[in-house]
Amino acid sequence: MSEQKLQSQTVQTTGHAWDGDLQEYNNPLPVWWVYTFYATVIFSIIYWTIYPSWPIGKGWIGGVSDITYVNSEGETKTHSWNTRALLLEDLNQAAVAQKPYFDKISAMSYEQIAKDPEMNGFILSAGKALFSENCAPCHQAGGQGVIGFFPNLTDDDWLYGGSYDTIHQTLMDGRRGYMPAFGEVLDGEQIDQLANYVASLSGISHDSTKAAAGNALFHGETAACYYCHTSNATGRKDMGAPNLTDNIWLWADVPAADAAEGKVSAIRNVIASGLNKGVMPAWSGRLSPEQIKVLTVYVHELGGGQ
Amino acid sequence: MNINFKHEWIETNIGLMAVLTMLAISVGGLVEIAPLFFIDKTIEKVEGVRPYTPLEQRGRDIYIREGCYTCHSQMIRPFRDEKLRYGHYSLAAESQYDHPFQWGSKRTGPDLARVGGKYSNEWHVQHLVAPRSMVPESVMPNYPWLMSTPLDISDAAARMKALRKVGVPYSLSQAEYDANVTKFGETVAKQLHIPDAQKNLVEQANFGNYDGDRSGISEMDALVAYLQVLGTMVDFSKYADDAFVADR
Repeated sequence: MSEQKLQSQTVQTTGHAWDGDLQEYNNPLPVWWVYTFYATVIFSIIYWTIYPSWPIGKGWIGGVSDITYVNSEGETKTHSWNTRALLLEDLNQAAVAQKPYFDKISAMSYEQIAKDPEMNGFILSAGKALFSENCAPCHQAGGQGVIGFFPNLTDDDWLYGGSYDTIHQTLMDGRRGYMPAFGEVLDGEQIDQLANYVASLSGISHDSTKAAAGNALFHGETAACYYCHTSNATGRKDMGAPNLTDNIWLWADVPAADAAEGKVSAIRNVIASGLNKGVMPAWSGRLSPEQIKVLTVYVHELGGGQ
Repeated sequence: MNINFKHEWIETNIGLMAVLTMLAISVGGLVEIAPLFFIDKTIEKVEGVRPYTPLEQRGRDIYIREGCYTCHSQMIRPFRDEKLRYGHYSLAAESQYDHPFQWGSKRTGPDLARVGGKYSNEWHVQHLVAPRSMVPESVMPNYPWLMSTPLDISDAAARMKALRKVGVPYSLSQAEYDANVTKFGETVAKQLHIPDAQKNLVEQANFGNYDGDRSGISEMDALVAYLQVLGTMVDFSKYADDAFVADR
């Protein structure tokens, strides 16, 4: 009882008493806490003056700190501090570090880049990063493509050409594949004959009587396949018409079909329903000219460059 | 001073405490949010941003219905790594007609703010039906029903009317249509005219054939049409590197 009395004399209570003798102390805040609080108030005032902070009318206080950087044209630019200016500073600093490489890439021909060991190393690392983000979703991480959807970039069979210039053009402007649906103009028998002929071109087992009839259709005016695939069926790269004689397949999943009839049937389906796919987006609006040049060499070096 | 302030006054008066608590917590909002409605540069002045067409808008509704936003943000932040991967940072202006906007601070999948035009329609279709057939390491769920579910177009106009109520300039009257012609040009203004919503939707879906199946309009048509327009409205090649720096 005497102890309780002593405390109530030194520490102030809230003055309330519950249940007769329950009291609540009213201790002062610890000193360290109070001074930390004052310090944060001072910190915030300093922060307000350095960085953009208080809104005023239709604008705001910009703060006294600036961001200065040298842009790609060599001009020195100064902006009051904000995250967008900070990004430009960051980008331009990185650009300075990469400039020697990109300047070389702009100046060198594709062949020179491919032969230069140092540039080749740069192409491999920079190209891989660009390819993984932009190309791999369709052409897959190793460039092997997906049968029925996206072409393999590692073999030496090219729809539109595998030279540096055609790869570059494909990247810049994109591509759009098209083949009419022959199911609308030919009957089932004729399509079957054509499919057997196309199978025969790649040495797949087929019905030779049907193939002979298909041969006539292919080179005749009813189906006129030779218009795009040429009369020796090796295709036309200027229009993306594939070579039919090489047993390399993109649209008809011939390799997956085990029986000969399945292989012919896969070809038949493509002839009957045609193709309105094979769309490759254009990258000129998304990637810089240097990035596209890096990718051109990278894709060329995936295995099939011509 | 005679006034001897005591916390007890507040603590023993629940009504007063409620009012003061509300005042205290609204300060944060008042300081950080309210000024944005008055500051001139909140929405950047930029050409090309338009409301979605009826088909794209239906696609956006499906995007929200399927919860795509739980894994994908639509906000490219002004950082170097994001710029290299996704493109130009997002502008406030680009989501000015989005209700609700699809920004976000959490990503499981990549940001989609500029996915438009990056991949072909057939890639999107195949990837939505079976993501791992295109990206083997993907953890995205399959959405096969988008392909087999016909798009409900009966309420296309009603959905646009609802958005009009919150400020999206879809037009009902001739005067509103004329204003849109001045603001967006005739081609866009026609798409924004609510009385033609269904006709416009069917035309765009049939012409675009986004899902590669001409037999009807599926939910896939709408969703792919929406994905393919994301981030494509502003032509950034027309603007200098630092064109939007002074806005912040």
